[in-house]
Amino acid sequence: MKVKLSHEEINNENLLKILELSGAKVSACYQCGKCTAGCPTSDFMDIPPHQVIRLLQLGQIDETLEKNTIWLCASCITCAVRCPKGVDLSKIMEALRQLSLRRTENYVEPDEMTKENIEKFPQIALIANFRKFTR
Amino acid sequence: MFTVSYMPGCTLKTSGKNFEESTLKLLERLDVKVEELPSWYCCGTTYSLASDNIMNHLAPIRTLIRAKETGRRELLVLCSMCYNTLRRAQDLVLNDEEKRNKINDFMYREETELSGHEVRVVHLLNFLKEFVGFERLAEKVTRRARDLTVALYYGCMLLRPDEISVDASSENPAIMEELFTACGVETAYFPFKTECCGSYQTVNRRSIVLERVKEIVESAVKNAADLIVTSCPLCFFNLDDSQKILLDATPDFTSIPILYISQVLALLMGIEDATDYSLHAIDPRPVLKEKGLLR
Repeated sequence: MKVKLSHEEINNENLLKILELSGAKVSACYQCGKCTAGCPTSDFMDIPPHQVIRLLQLGQIDETLEKNTIWLCASCITCAVRCPKGVDLSKIMEALRQLSLRRTENYVEPDEMTKENIEKFPQIALIANFRKFTR
Repeated sequence: MFTVSYMPGCTLKTSGKNFEESTLKLLERLDVKVEELPSWYCCGTTYSLASDNIMNHLAPIRTLIRAKETGRRELLVLCSMCYNTLRRAQDLVLNDEEKRNKINDFMYREETELSGHEVRVVHLLNFLKEFVGFERLAEKVTRRARDLTVALYYGCMLLRPDEISVDASSENPAIMEELFTACGVETAYFPFKTECCGSYQTVNRRSIVLERVKEIVESAVKNAADLIVTSCPLCFFNLDDSQKILLDATPDFTSIPILYISQVLALLMGIEDATDYSLHAIDPRPVLKEKGLLR
């Protein structure tokens, strides 16, 4: 299968929005993988964090949004702290989540949670969860 | 007597009560007067990372305005997430003039504006080191722990990003080690001390948190720790509550009690009435009694 990527196709509207929301220099990434190595939840992800950046470098936002990666991110900031090129991946993950949330729907629906579930978690867990996964 | 403003955050009034209770009793013993802010707001737990999201910064900024209004420079926080969010929100106001103006304009009903220079957000660990002194604190220790080794779990929010880290090294912090060593307590070699517990994934992807907690606990147990201390009510819940599930689901799982930093420090000073043990899933009392921290 031939994939043709032009400058315009890579620097599409979605990528520009991600760059604006994150303020991160995606093009600086040289795929060393330190982010993935330090990520606490990368074992459970469809594609690891460094592959998300690679897709972004190629303008493939829609493909990253099909994966569960951004929804398994725990915002631990380890990736951002360890990146040798100063690429803030934690902000890129947030930007991708925001793009999805703002354009489609909430990732979790607080209204659909059972009373039992709401009561078992301390409020710090619920607030953080809803902050990350709802509009 | 030193007086400091204090912001507990929402969870320390409920499931994290033990953290507040033990800290207040501890600071009283150390001649520190703690004044809870007359009003404060839930910090929002996580600092919003999107560049255009200003709304989520309003609550922490408003809390900082309340702190400014007390006239006292330092604002003591205990919860790691409150610490992280308040620090980062304040740095935003300090460094981003456009956002600072927008925020102050939006909150036009507030009698005072925040410039970012007025209040110093101080975490308990830095407070104890700078304003009390670890040696002075150690002098108040009345109970010698019997052969106790503690795993010091920093988690994420006290250390990352580097700008807000409670220790100069966010990869290999030592401030808790200094504190506990000064108090005569052995600290365990603990390679998982800065590893994330899984945080808010606990609500809808508990299995991830269970995996993370299993690794963290196994590391502490393997390195001969008797208990794990933490500074975050979310880490506390994840580490403590998850072990109940792991004990049922995993044969040969060895559990370990989880305590807040201040609970252990209070016990070292003979303060025994600062903890409601019903808030612990893994009961720490057997270990505490065995190690001489509880009579």
